[in-house]
Amino acid sequence: MSSPQLQANWVGRYADWLIRYRWLVAIGALLLAFVAASGARFLGFNNDYRAFFSEANPQLQAYEKIQRTYTKNDNILFAVVAKDGNAFSSDALAAVEEMTEKSWLLPFALRVDSITNFQHTIAEEDDLLVQDLVENASGLDAATLASIKATAIADPTLKERLVNSDGSVTGINITFQLPQKSMTETPEAAAAAQALMEEIEAKYDVEIYATGIILLSNAFFEASQSDMSTLVPLMYLVIIVVVFLLVRSVSATFAALLVIVFSMAAGMGLAGFLGIKLTPPSASAPTIIMTLAVADSIHILVSLFAAMRRGLSKHAAIRESLQLNMGPVFLTSITTAIGFLSMNFSDAPPFHDLGNITAMGVMVAFFLSVTLLPALMAILPVKSRASESKIGRSMDVLGDFVIRRQRPILLSGVIVSLALLAMIPRNEINDDFVGYFDESVEFRTDSDYINENLSGIYQLIYSLESGSANGVSNPEFLAKLEHFTEWMETQPGVRHVNTIGDTFKRLNKNLHGDDPSYYKLPEGQELAAQYLLLYELSLPYGLDLNNQLNVAKSSTQIVVTLDNLKSQELKAVADAGSVWLEKNVGLTAYGVGPAIMFANIAERNMEGMLVGTLVALILISALIGIALRSVKLGVLSLIPNLLPAGLAFGLWGALVGEVNVAVTMVTGMALGIVVDDTVHFLSKYLRQRRAGENVEDGLRYAFSSVGVAIVVTSVILIAGFMVLAQSSFGMNSSMALLTAICILMALFADFLLLPILLMKLDAKAYDPAIPTIENKEQNYATQPL
Amino acid sequence: MQPSRSKKQFAIRALVSALALTSFSVSASELDLAAEKGLEIATEADRRDFGFGDLSNNLTMTLRNKYGEESVRTMRTKTLEQEGDGDKSLVIFDNPRDVKGTAFLSFTHKVGSDDQWLYLPALKRVKRISSSNKSGPFMGSEFSYEDIASQEVEKYTYQYLRNETFDGRDHFVLELDPVDPKSGYSIQHIWIDTTEYRAWKTDFYDRKGDLMKTLTASDFNQYADKYWRAHKMMMINHQMGKSTELLYNDWVFSNGFSDRDFTKNSLSRAK
Repeated sequence: MSSPQLQANWVGRYADWLIRYRWLVAIGALLLAFVAASGARFLGFNNDYRAFFSEANPQLQAYEKIQRTYTKNDNILFAVVAKDGNAFSSDALAAVEEMTEKSWLLPFALRVDSITNFQHTIAEEDDLLVQDLVENASGLDAATLASIKATAIADPTLKERLVNSDGSVTGINITFQLPQKSMTETPEAAAAAQALMEEIEAKYDVEIYATGIILLSNAFFEASQSDMSTLVPLMYLVIIVVVFLLVRSVSATFAALLVIVFSMAAGMGLAGFLGIKLTPPSASAPTIIMTLAVADSIHILVSLFAAMRRGLSKHAAIRESLQLNMGPVFLTSITTAIGFLSMNFSDAPPFHDLGNITAMGVMVAFFLSVTLLPALMAILPVKSRASESKIGRSMDVLGDFVIRRQRPILLSGVIVSLALLAMIPRNEINDDFVGYFDESVEFRTDSDYINENLSGIYQLIYSLESGSANGVSNPEFLAKLEHFTEWMETQPGVRHVNTIGDTFKRLNKNLHGDDPSYYKLPEGQELAAQYLLLYELSLPYGLDLNNQLNVAKSSTQIVVTLDNLKSQELKAVADAGSVWLEKNVGLTAYGVGPAIMFANIAERNMEGMLVGTLVALILISALIGIALRSVKLGVLSLIPNLLPAGLAFGLWGALVGEVNVAVTMVTGMALGIVVDDTVHFLSKYLRQRRAGENVEDGLRYAFSSVGVAIVVTSVILIAGFMVLAQSSFGMNSSMALLTAICILMALFADFLLLPILLMKLDAKAYDPAIPTIENKEQNYATQPL
Repeated sequence: MQPSRSKKQFAIRALVSALALTSFSVSASELDLAAEKGLEIATEADRRDFGFGDLSNNLTMTLRNKYGEESVRTMRTKTLEQEGDGDKSLVIFDNPRDVKGTAFLSFTHKVGSDDQWLYLPALKRVKRISSSNKSGPFMGSEFSYEDIASQEVEKYTYQYLRNETFDGRDHFVLELDPVDPKSGYSIQHIWIDTTEYRAWKTDFYDRKGDLMKTLTASDFNQYADKYWRAHKMMMINHQMGKSTELLYNDWVFSNGFSDRDFTKNSLSRAK
């Protein structure tokens, strides 16, 4: 590192050069930003929920394996609700019948299951009748309708899946086979489904709700878009208000706005060049970049105006502001970028994207804040307005108060901290993909309705291997299947178990003249295999058995439909199933599916993020140590930088108590942000100490010089993250809210805890020979705002 | 007639064929001509194959999924030609072992549902399958019963589209629209060579008008100097990435079968 004097000179020469070539710099910086931003044309949305899982994710791999073996599980489930409460009136059934027919025409639809096309099998002497349960519904008489209802409600494959127990709601399940060649497939299917819902609602006296994996993916896609279209404009408003209130200058506000907008645009553009596809977490990057970019601009502008108020010319003020801020703004940008880059240790690719986009945006913001911003300020007419700040004086009061009352502050600080830290275990990890969306999102309210009134949204899929081709007809295997089904049905939260066993039992009954005593598994392998052959020959278009059996008929999948379980409960059911299978029937199978993937996502990410956060912590502390030239203070700084995350989690545990995967990112990211306050505070403090002052005077100086700047940047950051907290998407809103709390906690830690720690641990006089890096470049806030 | 149509147009047609027809901006008389020529070609193909009497063969069916998993079935078939109605046919399953001896008898009809019976040796009973469904997978394969049942001219309406040459042969390309509303297909495109009227290739479009499957026939042999039979049929499902291969062996014509060999009672003796 060059000597402070040299560095100051270097920045001074740079400032002179910049002022001389201000037009060139402004235009050049804008051009570069334009070029970077032009990559935005490559940006697109990734609307596949699988984007949240890395290819190495074991739950995803297990699920993909099952998806390869059987018909895919990507679906839309419509719930058709008869307004008069009777889903078995001819009108309601006609609605279902028409909707079923038309659902076949939805883009990428592969299969449609409903009570109307349910393949009803009846024996008539030696005839086996296989037909749709409902045909020409509008012409059916009361007796037929009653018998249809009785059949549907009693059928184990229909009840709690495609019809509810009181016969007021029925379902239509559409399975899709997306070619996965274009990102428009999901929105296309979702839009067509929406149009079909409206068409049927207009024609019949029914209400229709919809959920399913396709709509989940689509909701992710819509959440990204709505975050970008509602939060970003709100963010503009916040920035304009904050910047104008602080600097009271239209041209400065304009210049800052340009810096912020281009930082964001360039960050997103670079993401486009890198081929990043946006997901809801990465779609929050613009808001975060804007928040962080404001802080840079504010630091530069505030010192600039302070210098002008002291009577310096505009150009001299620009020069001084750059000399004061170049180092600290660079350092804080780097630490923030490191914090965000730590997200690359996560298992969920959307967070890699969020971290990388934001890190790029933050570095662009640094670049523009020291090029475009001062150049524009040199070009635009700027008037300084003399104004005294009351906060400035109150900072001195605060400093004195902390020094005088250190014992009670420390005591109450320790008590409050311990109390909050003790609340951390109250946080329960819960990632449920419906709960990610707040109640302003239709996917959420429809899914909740369907969960309450028709069938569960969460499913576990077990693929059971018989071990030999056509082994699914083996009576021993079928018996194992039946035991497992019976056991699973008794598990808490289980609503429905779909198994091929029910089909075998029904066929056995049908082929014995519908004798109910034959509603049991066929006795021999041959018999079962021949039933299957008979049944397959009689099935209609699209309703084959590949959703239950593999090609070689050696394995079968069991689909367990569950209540709205918490992640932990879901995992417990899934694991219990595996254990039961292993222990009781000697089969190895794991419960898989999107629900269990999300249930595990937080833990998977936690593993990676523990390492990521640690790496960020080490790098950031090392940077602080180098910048301050003090190992002791570098280590000491860990306390006020780490404690805020702990306190925030504690407060969250006390007030909310439920966290999702996004919060595993918070520690690393917040660390990069809150460390700025500590850097500013310690550098001022050190400067006085190395000049021979005692610890109290060093602290008083730090309070009066950077106290205001720290409060102001914290307020800006909190405001920015509070904007993001308005997201309808739970990962984004809870991550933002927790980060905002972290920043607030960091403010307390830096003002209350850090000074006391210094008084306790750093009271010894300094050797005045040690040089300091900050002579005058970091006292940018010595003047009141 | 347009030489080619996009899938979207098929979808429109499937939804509202009347409207779609007008949207093609083809005059009614041109359409009639195409329909007439299409029917002529289909009738000629049917005529050339008429009179074979009966035949039998062995069949190996290999099912494959996208990931190379395979499953093999073997069976024997017997067919008896009928005058004035669809053929009668009998399929006896040999493999997988657990369905050995199961026999499937079907009477195709030019109009209305076909008659189907199945003999289940494990139950020792013949069951009549009463169902208008015929688009389900045959033995879990990519072929539906509809695809392998005897093809009667009356089961479709036809449009002649164009001529197309590949593999050194000239083909008529016809569009077939199934009459049965329960068909799994909106339309089929079929390539019939212009010299021998053999069907080399068929594209099947699903209900929403998307290409679903392609059937390719090969290794044609001529029997009795008249009847062409493909020894290999490959059906590829484009949407699912699955395929089924049919290999026919031991074609025998003029076995001397009679209606008595194709009755419900004959099923249990079929073996």
